[in-house]
Amino acid sequence: MPEPEPFEPLESYGEEGRAIASTGAGGASDLATAEAETLEQRPSVDAAEEAAGGPEGAGPDKKARSLWSDAWHDLRRNPVFIISGLIILFLVVISIWPSLIASGDPLDCDLSKAQEGSQPGHPFGFNGQGCDVYTRTVYGARTSVSVGVLATLGVAILGSILGGLAGFFGGAWDGFLSRITDVFFAIPVVLGGLVLLSVVTSSTVWPVIGFMVLLGWPQISRIARGSVITAKQHDYVQAARALGASNSRMMLRHITPNAVAPVIVVATIALGTYISLEATLSYLGVGLKPPTVSWGIDISSASPYIRNAPHMLLWPAGALAITVLAFIMLGDAVRDALDPKLR
Amino acid sequence: MLLEVRDLHVEFHTRDGVAKAVNGVNYSVDAGETLAVLGESGSGKSVTAQAVMGILDIPPGKISAGEILFQGQDLLKLKEEERRKVRGAKMAMIFQDALSSLNPVISVGDQLGEMFQVHKGMSRKDSKAKAIELMDRVRIPAAKERVGQYPHQFSGGMRQRIMIAMALALEPELIIADEPTTALDVTVQAQVMDLLAELQRELNMGLILITHDLGVVADVADKIAVMYAGRIVEQAPVHEIYKAPAHPYTRGLLDSIPRLDQKGQELYAIKGLPPNLLAIPPGCAFNPRCPMAQDVCRTDEPPLYDVTESPVPRASACHFWKECLHG
Repeated sequence: MPEPEPFEPLESYGEEGRAIASTGAGGASDLATAEAETLEQRPSVDAAEEAAGGPEGAGPDKKARSLWSDAWHDLRRNPVFIISGLIILFLVVISIWPSLIASGDPLDCDLSKAQEGSQPGHPFGFNGQGCDVYTRTVYGARTSVSVGVLATLGVAILGSILGGLAGFFGGAWDGFLSRITDVFFAIPVVLGGLVLLSVVTSSTVWPVIGFMVLLGWPQISRIARGSVITAKQHDYVQAARALGASNSRMMLRHITPNAVAPVIVVATIALGTYISLEATLSYLGVGLKPPTVSWGIDISSASPYIRNAPHMLLWPAGALAITVLAFIMLGDAVRDALDPKLR
Repeated sequence: MLLEVRDLHVEFHTRDGVAKAVNGVNYSVDAGETLAVLGESGSGKSVTAQAVMGILDIPPGKISAGEILFQGQDLLKLKEEERRKVRGAKMAMIFQDALSSLNPVISVGDQLGEMFQVHKGMSRKDSKAKAIELMDRVRIPAAKERVGQYPHQFSGGMRQRIMIAMALALEPELIIADEPTTALDVTVQAQVMDLLAELQRELNMGLILITHDLGVVADVADKIAVMYAGRIVEQAPVHEIYKAPAHPYTRGLLDSIPRLDQKGQELYAIKGLPPNLLAIPPGCAFNPRCPMAQDVCRTDEPPLYDVTESPVPRASACHFWKECLHG
């Protein structure tokens, strides 16, 4: 028997595509994938190129750089992150221990001093009820920060679980959930707040938080769904499946760490908007109610007197503006760090 | 027989209609044997492998008929949970692009160790020791130091070695390698293929090698199945197919390999494009591109003829296999 003919493979012939598999993906999920694409993280290409510098990648002593350590590396050098981070740290500290910088009691009011301006010991003056504006502004941080943080946590947890499951399993559950999110998107936030919260009599922060979670989760759910669908299509998820990983293992270990970045980004930015939404609702009289100390309530009660006593409105409004700005700036910085394409 | 695929049909239900990706594939692999599955993009070779592994996306995919017998047991009749236990432990898969097949945010040691945690319930510490052992086995230098590194810190060849290590972790009986060397440099290709072949011999595993690179096939395969439009068009021992193909499509593939003695001449290419799986041509699916096509090819689908002339069986799905084999 003669030997087989010799031949020299010079290169591979064409690309093995998965044309069939990709035509199967529906238009709706394609859209979601595209949506998530902008925020979706790539396996850190720049890092790979850096590491490829030496033969066989980096030496064993070089510290491993993952997406998260890269992001942290970027964040520490970003002045926007440092400034907003310091402001937020300060806000968190004074919401936990307001007495650190304000010795008075926000509910200790002296009507005889109503609407008076700045005085020694009372730098921000007094409000319409004669309460110290400085003390109330400091104590108002606690409500704003706790409403913002708790609402964001609730929204992020609920939204990413529902959206993540929808993205992972697809099918009827996905279709159902997507229509539900459409319905919730159609509800105007302020109008919904006026209707739903006007029937609530509790004066705690919980109804407001609950309302925000109720209206906020579809946004996160959509993002989580999109990024899970994108992550699910990655080869390493298929590879994990081919090597016997269970559904829960694939979700928790392979998909979640690769899909969570967009959710973190959107949630951080949303945090600022929830704080201003709380103020909006309180201003309209359906959010928090006295005796809770809140910037929104103070802005609302001060607004009729803006001409003769503007300080009553400007201090809490300024604090609100700085807080919201700080959280939105933080969200921006986090997004820049987690999205390698923006680098 | 280790693995036997019998009359497998796979369809994809798309908006434009039903794409028939696999139309009655039969093949078998024994322990220690290497079957090379050859074909263009969209010929159904990867889909068949995915069906065997049970990682086909269902829906849109659907296995409409057939049996997949693994050690005599029909995998298609198993429950998903039982099937999952087979994957990784008894059969494993090596993918084309190791960079995208390894999770970028988990260190390679953790990914290798995961195999032992999932299937053997080992502790983190024990599985790490196992991971180092595996990395040594696929000859990654300084395995102990590199076990905590991330996939992007390894070169392409090293990453593919890690993929091989993952697939071999539990010493499966069957390995499916889906174009394991396509993404690598030619020099590294040979090293990776040698390693794979050596480990296969050592563990006496069955190997299904999916490729479109005839160069890879010649050295390692025992037999070849050529696929076209979801069917096997020729099946033969590796040497016979290179000596004399019994199907015009195989002949076209062999002729389109660049050769040193053809320097300066135009490279042969099979004219036309692979068929649209939504509308496979009637008769022989290859007839619009076939230089030997006659009227009968446009009307009658050729069965897989037995074209054995030597002791080893071979088959061809061509009406004119005799002319092809001897012409």
